[in-house]
Amino acid sequence: MRIDKAKKDTRVVVGMSGGVDSSVAAYLLKKEGYEVIGIFMKNWDDTDEFGVCTATEDYEDVISVCNQIGIPYYAVNFEQQYWDKVFTYFLDEYKAGRTPNPDVMCNKEIKFKAFLEHAMNLGADFLATGHYARIAETEDGVSMLRGVDTNKDQTYFLNQLNQEQLSKVMFPIGDMEKSRVREIAEEAGLATAKKKDSTGICFIGERNFKDFLSNYLPAQQGDMKTMTGEKQGRHDGLMYYTIGQRHGLGIGGSGEPWFVIGKDLKTNTLLVGQGFHHDALYSNSLTATEVSFTTARTLPEAFKCTAKFRYRQPDTGVSVKMTGPTTAEVVFDTPVRAITPGQAVVFYDGDECLGGGTIDTVIKNGKTLDYVG
Amino acid sequence: MKTPIYLDHAATTPIRPEVAEVYMETMKTVPGNPSSVHSHGRAARKSVDDARQQLARSIHAEPSEIILTSGGTEADNLAVTGTVMSRSHLGKHIITTTIEHHAVLTTCEALEKNGFDVTYLPVDRNGRVTVQQVVEALREDTILVTIMYGNNEVGTVQPIEEIGQLLKGHQTLFHTDAVQAYGVLPLNVNELHVDLLSVSSHKVNGPKGVGFLYQRKGIDLFPIMHGGSQERKRRAGTENVPAIVAFAKAVQISANEQLEKAVRYSLFQTIMKDEFQQEKVEYEQTVEEGVPVLPHIFNVYFPGTDIESLLVNLDLDGVSVSSGSACTAGSLDPSHVLLAMFGEKSARLRSSVRFSFGYGLTEDDVQQAAKRIAHIVKRTVK
Repeated sequence: MRIDKAKKDTRVVVGMSGGVDSSVAAYLLKKEGYEVIGIFMKNWDDTDEFGVCTATEDYEDVISVCNQIGIPYYAVNFEQQYWDKVFTYFLDEYKAGRTPNPDVMCNKEIKFKAFLEHAMNLGADFLATGHYARIAETEDGVSMLRGVDTNKDQTYFLNQLNQEQLSKVMFPIGDMEKSRVREIAEEAGLATAKKKDSTGICFIGERNFKDFLSNYLPAQQGDMKTMTGEKQGRHDGLMYYTIGQRHGLGIGGSGEPWFVIGKDLKTNTLLVGQGFHHDALYSNSLTATEVSFTTARTLPEAFKCTAKFRYRQPDTGVSVKMTGPTTAEVVFDTPVRAITPGQAVVFYDGDECLGGGTIDTVIKNGKTLDYVG
Repeated sequence: MKTPIYLDHAATTPIRPEVAEVYMETMKTVPGNPSSVHSHGRAARKSVDDARQQLARSIHAEPSEIILTSGGTEADNLAVTGTVMSRSHLGKHIITTTIEHHAVLTTCEALEKNGFDVTYLPVDRNGRVTVQQVVEALREDTILVTIMYGNNEVGTVQPIEEIGQLLKGHQTLFHTDAVQAYGVLPLNVNELHVDLLSVSSHKVNGPKGVGFLYQRKGIDLFPIMHGGSQERKRRAGTENVPAIVAFAKAVQISANEQLEKAVRYSLFQTIMKDEFQQEKVEYEQTVEEGVPVLPHIFNVYFPGTDIESLLVNLDLDGVSVSSGSACTAGSLDPSHVLLAMFGEKSARLRSSVRFSFGYGLTEDDVQQAAKRIAHIVKRTVK
């Protein structure tokens, strides 16, 4: 058993964002009898010229909820670590023409590393968050299972966690539907019961992504061309586009809509094509780096499982072959559309998330697609 | 959970029972508005006037020189903004220090945006400014010098009397924020040669929401609160009668205890230091021995600790303390006082704790707290 003492003597730090999910997570743990401590993490400073900062508003909500629940609350600052480990990576990936996933990195480096360490320094036995995922105890350790609410399941973003981290983690709302979480919050009268879910990347928030990015990376306009080299207009900067994207190309004319197919960094060209199912968007396999495993099981060098290549995508059957300690080749059972380097590939066996890695190259019929970058 | 021990009397102090009694009693028995022209009004007016006399006496001022405010922050705002607004025809220059309370600092910053010119005097590693620094910064168009009496984070006491002496021949006015010093050190506005002095009730075991500004007779002050003609037209708004009366009661009590406090708090410091030494906890007093400090403030550097983790651990273990940094919403603004004393690279900015003593604290409490602190520092030090 992970919990070897009375609940009242088991100290659980809950990472509270000021949203409804983590509020309910804290509420449920307290109700179960744990010694619960709410901690708000500040990773980004977006204070405007009037001194208004989203974090201040969110922390106010954390305070209200913690007071309602009757638990102590604190704040901790990880701006420096976030900048060094997450934001720098985020910009570097864009510079390399890829589409990073800062949420995966934030979970790996901040929430379940720096923050977990902070919680342990406070004498905590566990760190709990409001993620939609489940932890199940097995003979060898723990398994991370998909959240019961399949629409909300967040294991995709948690694929880089390891056994050591997971053994200290609790996901109190993972076995619930989102609607139930809201209900509980309302029944308990929590201040955040009706609060809107946050959308988008945390440091960008509701702002325009293009405007945000242009503050940090110089945008270089260039040509949009078809795979056969016909010019189709201009683009605003390669970093603003991702593979498979339809909107914002501004190409009119007759026929099917246009989609982003690839990028040529050398000539600063955006490759576009007509039709959602454009052949050039499909591939059969990929190579992944930073492959790590959440599961306690020792997997063979080659195994079959299912995989997701982006959040909220249905699973695809795949064959995984490890090509090094942290690299793998992943072959799809059927061709998959718009595989995007920089995003995560995450492996599943039924409900269990096995682990995952970062998509590095995309392969079609044995040939690396250089244009997908 | 262990019974929490309160070592944060510089943040606020518990109200004394006899003060709370006066507070309640006044609320019940003095319902009138001091400005009203009837018996109820007159009774309220008398209560406020009696209190004002008591308050004036505590700093050797005249009752008419006391402007009652909502607290220390308002007193500071009125002192700084009120004087420079009324004297802008004489100049635009203000002198202050880098270690003032935010009530003064942010007011100065706001005035800078409105065309005033502010000199922020740096401090030495003990948080002191020198008379010489003030002399050098002084200009013909200086209209206000505002320097705090005793610092709220590290306790350093400034040479206010010497500065006051020096400024006597100059057109500038001299304000001191004495919020932390009031009640623990004897203050005499005539000896100090200050024109303005701010204090707060809740730092001296009185109720929250009341304080006063001493304003030397003959000085013009532009009000920042407009409305009725209370406080000789210097501060509009109906007087907070029960709080004012209770404040005076608290001041009356604390006046008799100053010497005793100094002795007692120095004993508390010794208890803590002994415990740290015995437990082999590495620590350093932030302000060096021999520098004049407020007796109730004991700022300590614990090398290798992280303040964010340390404060939470102390709280969870039942010791209530503060650091200088504003920790709201996790903003990581290091203490501006430690920053001014040690520079931005100093590890002290992330590893110093302020202990502050006050009413109700026993030797036993301090001993207990020191044990808990030693235990946590040893556990979390890296």
